[in-house]
Amino acid sequence: MSSRTLPLLFINLGGEMLYILDQRLRAQNIPADKAKKVMNDIITTMFNKKFLEELFKPQELYSKKALRTVFDRLAHASIMRLNQASMDKLYDLMTMAFKYQVLLCPRPKDILLVSFNHMDAIKDFVKDTPSILSQVDETYRQLIEIYTPLSSGEFQLIRQTLLIFFQDMHIRVSIFLKDKVQNSNGRFVLPTSGPVPHGTQIPGLIRIFSCTGEEVSRLQFSNGGNYTSALREGSLEMFGDRVIKLGTNIMNTPEGGNVNVHVAIVCNQVNTAPNPLAKEELNLLARLMGGLEVKKPGNTESGFRVNLFATDEEEEEALISRPDELSYGVINIQATKDQQANAELAKIMGEFTEAEDQSPHASSKGDDLLAMMDGL
Amino acid sequence: MYHKEKSIQIKNSASALYNNLSVLRIAPRSLTYFTVVHANVVNMVSASWDGLNYSHRQLQSKEPNVATSTSLIMQAAWCVLPSRDLLVLTSQKGIQMYESDGSIMVYWHALDTPETPTAQAVFARGIAAVREKYICVGVSSGAMLVFDIPTKGSNITLAEVLEEHKESITDMASECSGSLECIADLVSADDAGNLCVWKSGEEFQLLNKIPGFDMCCSSVKLWKGTVVAGYGTGQIRLYEAVTGILHAEVSAHARWIYSLDIAPFSGLLLSAAEDSLVRVWHLTQTPETNSVEIAHMYNECVTDTQICGAKFCDGDGYAFAVTGYDLSEIIRYTQT
Repeated sequence: MSSRTLPLLFINLGGEMLYILDQRLRAQNIPADKAKKVMNDIITTMFNKKFLEELFKPQELYSKKALRTVFDRLAHASIMRLNQASMDKLYDLMTMAFKYQVLLCPRPKDILLVSFNHMDAIKDFVKDTPSILSQVDETYRQLIEIYTPLSSGEFQLIRQTLLIFFQDMHIRVSIFLKDKVQNSNGRFVLPTSGPVPHGTQIPGLIRIFSCTGEEVSRLQFSNGGNYTSALREGSLEMFGDRVIKLGTNIMNTPEGGNVNVHVAIVCNQVNTAPNPLAKEELNLLARLMGGLEVKKPGNTESGFRVNLFATDEEEEEALISRPDELSYGVINIQATKDQQANAELAKIMGEFTEAEDQSPHASSKGDDLLAMMDGL
Repeated sequence: MYHKEKSIQIKNSASALYNNLSVLRIAPRSLTYFTVVHANVVNMVSASWDGLNYSHRQLQSKEPNVATSTSLIMQAAWCVLPSRDLLVLTSQKGIQMYESDGSIMVYWHALDTPETPTAQAVFARGIAAVREKYICVGVSSGAMLVFDIPTKGSNITLAEVLEEHKESITDMASECSGSLECIADLVSADDAGNLCVWKSGEEFQLLNKIPGFDMCCSSVKLWKGTVVAGYGTGQIRLYEAVTGILHAEVSAHARWIYSLDIAPFSGLLLSAAEDSLVRVWHLTQTPETNSVEIAHMYNECVTDTQICGAKFCDGDGYAFAVTGYDLSEIIRYTQT
């Protein structure tokens, strides 16, 4: 449907991922320098110029499987490791959080405000690192340039596209259940109270006009809800009060920080399944993402594994007992470790690694890219 | 005024699309057909009036010559013409027309889809049967395609392309009162809230253009020469079609309106929105004073559901049906 949906989906899901990871890293007392490195590495990868260029091109939304692959790689852009079960859970939390925000947005256009809430928080995570900060600022500018001119109807199309992507997802999230924004059947609570969206009147008034345009009568009806007037409109500038709370970090609240997490410090990076690249529907974004990993390969720096469950046993149990219909069908890819196993991927890595100073012509790089896409 | 009946289960949940429910009443067979769109599939259910028999069918957006079909369906609606009923599906790739039971596809019209996606989305949306022989379908560019429909068979042709709207068509409606006195046959609505009023014929004639205020009109009906329009702000407005005179303005819903329907014999109006509410209104026209009034009759809250389709099941408005995003059932209500 809308060809402008992918950037918003990616940025908002990425933002939620960062909230969750940040909370887990702090809750587990991961050394500050390691935690900061993980956050910086992930944010750097998210806002890589080449990656964003590809992201912002008009295109159809990726499939759930393809998008999951992109986030798998993003989560592994640093020294942190996640087992399959934890990655599944992380992705569940991220997607349900954004689904909630999309559903509860008062106006479709407010999805942009939600995106800015995420961007504001990301900016705060990297406020001490000017190089990453400038990448983030550039993304703000692009978002403003592309999205602020869109009409209400076009935003609703974006929202409808997102809702099709999230269709039938009813995973229960403990913080949502506790806050009573989600029912025990996994469906979100839609209140019939609170402020109406900006631009909408509180329901209840019928005005009848004569042919000459004069109001001849007013009637009230009972609206069946408990609505209040609209709040002021949130700011769509680089800085400003967004007014809407959707998209802000709920993990920072006392309720958000109550999850037990187990962390294992390992010296060897944990390896998982072989690369199924030949068969995987590997999209360009995922391949680009794979080429941007910032961490050093090998064991020069001890990586660590984050577990989104209370214990290793619980994590393993979650993996075994995960229902088939909730399977994302993606196998974690340790992009740097298995290079040798797959010549194709190695070639891609070589093409996009920015550290290496290659001198091929820009056009031949583009041709190779197209050839690779055709090859898949 | 209404009470809830037994819901009809459908194979997939409804997608969040405007006007996502179509109903066809087949009195001779004591059946009612319902269609609900889920992504790239149309779920069709036929329900017997005694409530004992349900049969299901699914239609996909089958585009010939396309290997990977991820074409999403925007709308499915029955078009009732004097000689035949056709089921029309509009998607990102084109327009399909089926015999009313969904058994045979009789026509396929491909949209011009660019090689690489453009910023402007491409899709068809907005479906209306007009007078004896036309079916009109809207396009995301704002164009309206007028198809000439023979009394039987598949010799359907594109008769005319109307290019009046500049924004994507959202919905279309033909005069539903059955009265032949009405000059206006069709009203079309777009993303900017602009409404165009047409007279059908060999060449369709634009009778009037009613400007919007840059707020999307997502659902529109035409009854006894009155346009009833539902907007993204939750407002409903009643206009005299040919002159554009505003008869009434209602702050009807707290969220985006997704569906309107009129029961032509009784003048009952149904409105449904993302705010979980379905409301029933009554329209009265006084031709002597050229006035139209709207009165509120009833509210029904479908808890925790963003409603995407609501239609009366009969011409009097004795019963209506509702669909909601993520809901795998068609909820029904009948008058007490």
